[in-house]
Amino acid sequence: MYAFKFLRPETVRQAANLLVKHEEAKLLAGGHTLIPTMKLRLAGPPLLVDLSKIEGLSGIEMKGRSLVIGAMTRHNEVATSPVVKENIPALAALAGQIGDPAVRHMGTIGGSIANNDPNADYPAACLGLGATIVTNKRRIKADDFFKGLFETALEPAEIITKVMFPKVNKAAYVKFPNPASRYALVGVFVSKRGSEIRVAVTGAGGNGVFRVTSFEEALKKRFGAKSLEGLSIPADGMGSDIHGSAEYRAHLVGVLARRAVAAATA
Amino acid sequence: MSAVAMTVNGKPVTGDVDPRTLLVQFVRENLRLTGTHVGCDTSQCGACVVHVNGKAVKSCTVFAWQCEGADVVTIEGLAEANGPLHPMQEAFREHHGLQCGYCTPGMIMAAIDIVNRKGNELDEHTIRHELEGNICRCTGYHNIVKAIAAGARAMAK
Repeated sequence: MYAFKFLRPETVRQAANLLVKHEEAKLLAGGHTLIPTMKLRLAGPPLLVDLSKIEGLSGIEMKGRSLVIGAMTRHNEVATSPVVKENIPALAALAGQIGDPAVRHMGTIGGSIANNDPNADYPAACLGLGATIVTNKRRIKADDFFKGLFETALEPAEIITKVMFPKVNKAAYVKFPNPASRYALVGVFVSKRGSEIRVAVTGAGGNGVFRVTSFEEALKKRFGAKSLEGLSIPADGMGSDIHGSAEYRAHLVGVLARRAVAAATA
Repeated sequence: MSAVAMTVNGKPVTGDVDPRTLLVQFVRENLRLTGTHVGCDTSQCGACVVHVNGKAVKSCTVFAWQCEGADVVTIEGLAEANGPLHPMQEAFREHHGLQCGYCTPGMIMAAIDIVNRKGNELDEHTIRHELEGNICRCTGYHNIVKAIAAGARAMAK
């Protein structure tokens, strides 16, 4: 690991100012991607700006019809929260499948989304539920937020403060975990909110999380697993690595989407 | 260098460390508490699991300075020297829940965390699922699972 300095600001404004002053600085949330990446010297920020001392960045509450989760809220808190379980149980279930118990005690929703790992679970939930990502500067629709592999709409010195998930009628997430890392080889999040249907896929796309509009159209006629029978997506554009070919990933998208809809309508 | 202060196994400790120092290095090298092991150093194997403010974390993936003011418990903090073992430790001994023993400190710290979260009656499926982040390279899982079920019940007494 390369040497670095660290600072622990107490407000989001201070943290943002530090990012303005130190272009190469990195934010530290749960650290469960950043620290391993620094160990491998794939990242070598000269300054870490730790978010853990900022009050008000963590917590879960219902505000009107939205479930609001603070950026520093740990995966385990989302997984076990009675508020999340009652209002969007699929989101609690998703959080409970990230990594392992010790990882879930540290990892945060804001960190996961800001990192936008193409195999991470939370981007599928954000896109699959039509979430709004709130930063110190603005509100960003999930549809506009995820920009490709590890790329987001976040600007320099922009910090995620919370994520707002609209309450939906039905939702489910089904993933095929990589047996070693527990990241999603492929994961599919489906939801129905009135006439709005979303099918979001993580792990499969060669350019990160994406929606499957052909599946969404089919589900608009009737929100049931049968509506997806015989439907598939092309392997073109899917990622491919030692864990699974593009064809295999494309196949899994169809299988897991049907399972997710079945789970959402069970 | 930066100063850190925390409570480890009930005792206040301080150190002056490079910011790169991981919690597991601080515990092993500064405090000489070598019960906590480094297995993979990549957050996967769980040999380094300790409790920070009552929760199991992988101490290879936390900087020491992140634990400023925290209450840390390592395997050495579970039982008094020359006193009786913690019920979970005793269960691992009783059920032969270890072979080479390298993963054992992390297994026991993870096991106690499972009991704290899931209660004292744990079925095999729950235990195996909850142990996803702890690897035993002797593959001695069968007896580890048995030991955790027994240790969990013993902790209720």
